[in-house]
Amino acid sequence: MMATLLALSGCGGPLSMLDPAGPAARDIATLWWVMLVGALLIFVFVLALVVAAFRRPRTAAPTHSPRDEAARERLFVVTLGIAFPVVVLLALLAYGLVIGERLLPRDEPSVVRVDAQARRSTWDFTYPGLGRTSRNVLHIPAGRPVDVAITTADVIHSFWVPRLAGKLDAIPGHINVLRIEADRPGTYSGLSAEFSGPGYSHFKFEVVAHDPAGWADFSEDGTE
Amino acid sequence: MRALERHRKLTAIWSSEPGFRGWFSTVNHTDVGKLFLVTAFVFFLIGGILAMLIRAQLATPHSAFAGPEIYNQIFTMHGTIMMFLFAIPTFEGLAIYLLPKLLGTRDLAYPRLTSYGYWCYLFGGSMLLVSMVLGIAPNGGWFMYPPLTGPIYSPGINTDFWLIGITFVEISAMAAAVELCVSILKYRAPGMSLDKMPIFAWYALVTALMILTGFPPLILGSILLELERAFGLPFFQADLGGDSLLWQHLFWLFGHPEVYIIFLPAAGVISTVLPVMCRTTLLGYGWVVAAAVALAFLSFALWVHHMFTTGIPHMSLALFSAASTLVAVPTGVQIFAWIGTLWKGRPELHLPMLHILGFFVTFVIGGLTGVMVAVVPFDWQVHDTAFVTAHLHYVLFGGFVFPILAGIYYWLPQVTGRKRFFRLGEIAFALIFIGFHLTFLAMHWVGLLGQRRRIDTYLPEDGWTTVNLVSSVGSFIMAMGIAIVILDVVVHVLTATRGPRNPWGAGTLEWAMIIPPPAYNFASLPHVASRDPLADDPDLPLRLARGEGYLGEPREGRRETLMVDVSSGAPEALVVYPANTRLPVAMAAMTGLFFLSLLLKFYWAVPIALAGVAALAWRWVWQLGRSVDEAPAPVGHGITLPSALGADRSPGWWGTSFLLVANGTFFGSLLFGFAFLWTVAPGWPPPALFEASLGEIAVGVAALAVTVAAVESAVRTNRAGGRPLAALLAGLIAVFCVVAVCAVMMARIPAPTEHAYYATLLVLTGYALFHALLTGLMFAFLIARVRAGFTSPSRRAEFTIVSLWTKYLVLTGALVLAACQLPDLFT
Ligand code: HEM
Ligand SMILES: [Cu+2]
Repeated sequence: MMATLLALSGCGGPLSMLDPAGPAARDIATLWWVMLVGALLIFVFVLALVVAAFRRPRTAAPTHSPRDEAARERLFVVTLGIAFPVVVLLALLAYGLVIGERLLPRDEPSVVRVDAQARRSTWDFTYPGLGRTSRNVLHIPAGRPVDVAITTADVIHSFWVPRLAGKLDAIPGHINVLRIEADRPGTYSGLSAEFSGPGYSHFKFEVVAHDPAGWADFSEDGTE
Repeated sequence: MRALERHRKLTAIWSSEPGFRGWFSTVNHTDVGKLFLVTAFVFFLIGGILAMLIRAQLATPHSAFAGPEIYNQIFTMHGTIMMFLFAIPTFEGLAIYLLPKLLGTRDLAYPRLTSYGYWCYLFGGSMLLVSMVLGIAPNGGWFMYPPLTGPIYSPGINTDFWLIGITFVEISAMAAAVELCVSILKYRAPGMSLDKMPIFAWYALVTALMILTGFPPLILGSILLELERAFGLPFFQADLGGDSLLWQHLFWLFGHPEVYIIFLPAAGVISTVLPVMCRTTLLGYGWVVAAAVALAFLSFALWVHHMFTTGIPHMSLALFSAASTLVAVPTGVQIFAWIGTLWKGRPELHLPMLHILGFFVTFVIGGLTGVMVAVVPFDWQVHDTAFVTAHLHYVLFGGFVFPILAGIYYWLPQVTGRKRFFRLGEIAFALIFIGFHLTFLAMHWVGLLGQRRRIDTYLPEDGWTTVNLVSSVGSFIMAMGIAIVILDVVVHVLTATRGPRNPWGAGTLEWAMIIPPPAYNFASLPHVASRDPLADDPDLPLRLARGEGYLGEPREGRRETLMVDVSSGAPEALVVYPANTRLPVAMAAMTGLFFLSLLLKFYWAVPIALAGVAALAWRWVWQLGRSVDEAPAPVGHGITLPSALGADRSPGWWGTSFLLVANGTFFGSLLFGFAFLWTVAPGWPPPALFEASLGEIAVGVAALAVTVAAVESAVRTNRAGGRPLAALLAGLIAVFCVVAVCAVMMARIPAPTEHAYYATLLVLTGYALFHALLTGLMFAFLIARVRAGFTSPSRRAEFTIVSLWTKYLVLTGALVLAACQLPDLFT
């Protein structure tokens, strides 16, 4: 139902961040819709001010007395130019910070940790504790937070599964940890999202989220 | 003297050589400004054609139009050309052309430098074009992240074209920036105090200061990356103590201010044109100036928002996010001041006004999406997607191209003295506006659907096909609009309908002259008493032509203007400019030889080119001297002024000060890089610290102290009427001791290719060595000057300039000494 609605509205697609399938992506998608509405309101307001300037009745000649000038400065510069953006921005920043906090990789008992190493055209995933590896397919349990420790063997890349979470870069000599989570079992497309030369367009991977039984299989011995 | 006779005499003094040959020897700001603008526009067209190729490629999935090797060059060159060869030079050209006219004077501070900057731009830009024609253009994206662009993953010459070509072009930005700062502060019409300056001059001043402090990190980064590529110094290689993140910091330390360097001049155009279109004055002049200054300061604290996904600690993420959203405040102040101006006056829908409205719609959207991407969680999703590309075009096209089109249509009559003939401009505007929004609204959307930037192809399953097609169609509509603008301008230039002198009823001084402008701008310089001198006195042009202002009497074939006090605008000194010369183009060619030999790795030619540059520079400065004292001369209005050569703060002193600001930023960035690697890069500490040597420290400190004492003594002796040869000689010897210490230290650095620590020390000592040699050259120059009788108590400018450079050497030399020697001493 939701999916068809999305498809109709043009928000669907295997890589759409507006069709979230995990808590992080969902928070960010909500953030986007809120910001979009806010931005539209501000945009319409500003344009209305511009249009109104052309439409004002011009009965008397415009006055330029210092008092009028000061009143105009108070209205346009101080109220609209300073106070208005400050209020809007403070609200937005607070909201952004709250969401940002929620995205942080925090210690939780149920967290699963995987290591991801990119090199041009492949992603290698290792599962510490499971003694397993996989290439270009990341296996995770559905409904549990997963911390992906990202690094690279050659140039800079970026680990991005749009329907699950934002992206984080793979940088030589550094390890960055990204928290992802899938609500439901399924397959999600991932992209390498930092330009890495020829072949970049096709540099993709997949995330397979397993149900508990599938994850138990994978953890024990299962073959890919 | 009659007005016509004065016109003839001044024209004889000021005009460039006739015809094609004159292009190479002109130093006149009107000529060079036009050359800049036309060249920049040609680059805009080339960049635009590349944009059309990009959109053609992305219009459909599975495009077989260009393979990734070519496509990567196309988008890299599109971004590079638009940012470095179109936007910045357009600002330079506009400011060079307009400022002396707006400020009521006859030329910029350093006419030969204006021309040198142009040739560096042209030659450097041509290098990049050649690479494109040969199919070996840069291909790492316009921000050139290593390690992708490092020697291991990009062994070809492509990247070198970028690093070397762009650095060459940046010389012109630095030259223009120094010159604009000095011109705005010191070369104005008498009486024009800072608060009476046309608003565009304020914007240009802020922009120029930002160039001086914004470009050095990029130049440093380019040098370091080129050193890594050419000689294996591992600044950006994680396994050898380098860090690729250092490049990102240096690049964005430049890259974010760059956006405002592009936007502010455009805002200056809006602030100038909009009030005229509304038959009123700008609302909140002081606020707008304050907003521009605030924007400049803030923009240096934001660079990290381009690196939100690189794993920055989350406290600094929050800070930089807050700072980034905060820029919306000074931007808001300007937008609402403009809207208030609309309300205050009676807006009329002339063609420039249409483009200003286009600006409003587009730029406000760009600003709003900018605030969105400043919110970290959202940026984590859209970073490096088409959403960001769309955002940046709303800002750059909305915030630069629309205002510049408004400016073109506003000032074109001033440039040509003609009237618009056909009404093509309105159609063009409609096409550009509609096309632009189709193209880039669609790109926002497809970005949210997951399309990354910089991909050359995609699959039908991705679900992006329709949106991309819409975007591409939009871009071709926009291209048609731009083509019509060109047609319109060409027709305008070719038709011969003379226009009125002040068609828009503006109040600023560029309309108070004959149009098209004569080579000397003003037959006599006005005395300015308000922000809109022409509105106060509509007869001003006539009175100036009749010689009623300053400097109305042409003298002995000399190009004269006035230097004024920075804040009050009171006349201070009489300046005589150098006349037409081919020295700048020769100097630029020699500079080009230097860069070309680096590019082609003909290292044997490097010393030849450097010696050539030094010789030409010597000649350049030598020509400014006088072998006899200049008596104070009458300049009109009963005032008599001394020559600028005798001022303690001569034109050269001012230029040097601003150049040293840029140089200091460069050095500061280098120290920042050193500290960054030391604290953040993996692979530290290095195998061993550089071994401290008390001998080097002692000799170095002593030599630096003697150098500065010598120059101070020389300044004093000269002022007292003596010939300070002994002091200068002592200084020269001391400088050579500094050179020797630097050389010894460089030789002692172990294996610079094996750890970024050693590589950085090599650059630090090399920097000191270079400045010591430069200072030595200056001491030698002064000795030659004194012996040739070119100095006297009232011809003392050169001493104060060398004194500045010497102090700079002492400061940086001491810091280099400390950075190399102290760590070992204290561990
Ligand atoms: C003339 C109309 C223009 C069109 C149709 C256009 C189109 C595009 C497109 C489609 C891309 C994205 C390529 C990709 O990453 O997938 C792009 C990138 C870019 N454009 Fe434009 N553009 C135009 C004008 C400009 C202007 C005026 C500027 C700057 C003043 C500019 C600066 C850039 C930059 C910096 C990039 C990023 C390049 C990179 O990723 O390395 N563009 N342009
Ligand atoms: Cu920025």
